[in-house]
Amino acid sequence: MVIYGVALLAFSFLLGLILGELFGYLLGIDANLGGVGFAMLILIFLSNYLKVNLNFGEISEKGITFWSAIYIPIVVAMAAKQNVIAAVDGGMIAILGGGLAVFISFLIIPLLSKIGK
Amino acid sequence: MMFLSSVESIFITNGVITAFLFVGLIIWFSYFLSNKLTKGKFHGSAIAIIIGLILAYIGGKITGGSKGLADITIFSGLAILGGSMFRDFAIVATAYGLDTKELKKAGLAGILSLFIGVILSFTIGACVAIFYGYQDAISITTIGAGTVTFLVGPVTGTALGASSEVMALSIAAGIIKSILVMVTTPLFAPFVGLNNPRSALIYGGLMGTNSGVAAGLAATDPKLVPYGAMTATFYTGLGCLIVPTLLFLIVSLL
Repeated sequence: MVIYGVALLAFSFLLGLILGELFGYLLGIDANLGGVGFAMLILIFLSNYLKVNLNFGEISEKGITFWSAIYIPIVVAMAAKQNVIAAVDGGMIAILGGGLAVFISFLIIPLLSKIGK
Repeated sequence: MMFLSSVESIFITNGVITAFLFVGLIIWFSYFLSNKLTKGKFHGSAIAIIIGLILAYIGGKITGGSKGLADITIFSGLAILGGSMFRDFAIVATAYGLDTKELKKAGLAGILSLFIGVILSFTIGACVAIFYGYQDAISITTIGAGTVTFLVGPVTGTALGASSEVMALSIAAGIIKSILVMVTTPLFAPFVGLNNPRSALIYGGLMGTNSGVAAGLAATDPKLVPYGAMTATFYTGLGCLIVPTLLFLIVSLL
């Protein structure tokens, strides 16, 4: 059933965020440290386990793949609610700081890609 | 007239549903432009994201608010659909069926890229702040924190007690970074080899801005989204951890 997929996704999501919160708490910072990343790893692990050990059917899978496919529309909605005015009003320090950080980071991608290959 | 205002209230009370329809129309129009004007070479989703940003600018101009188009009541559902709950839920969903071998192979480079990413962005922001005449360690650190991400900026600024003017600058730098990552990723991708899981992991670690990476990869190649998102999700946390502490200490000593 579709809800099994959605519920599995919700379970992974919430457990990941709880772990991220715990991790932040242990390190003494008021931020969720990698919760979404943990949630992704939990989902990968659980879905592989359930596929092998239980009959996690194709329809259940649709409860996850739907959300994966709706991702881009969500990102478009996210773009439409950005505070673009504040960015433009930040003046040269903001533009130079943000712009150089992005540009130089792009240049480093090929260098880091070579590591450990 | 009574009828018209009830129709309007239907759109408003069902804000998220209205947002689905509205985003659907933007995406349809974007793919139409992509096919007609660029023969599909420039991704429809990249165009949709740029249209979204332009609408956010217009919305901000009209209302003077901070949530772009979502500050106009009829589009308020965009704030929920595009908020962090749905975004992160969908990002986690993209991890379904991820190639774990790729994750393991690129793990070290991914972790390294996180540290380099935070420190590099911070250093650039701090240098720009110094260049513009800031001399106290708190302001320099706060502006540097903003170029890490627009979340690390205010977290650091609050922790150190920066002035509100510096905080605003720091947040602005972070938003500029995020928007530039959204818009320029599809353009830079071919030149820096951003076309495989490994480089996507590194890209996520270097850029770090969740919204920027999420949109940038969506507009470049949706298959790469989970890899970049995986490292990016640790970036803000790492920034909040080392910027107000270790990096502030280093700036104070210099």
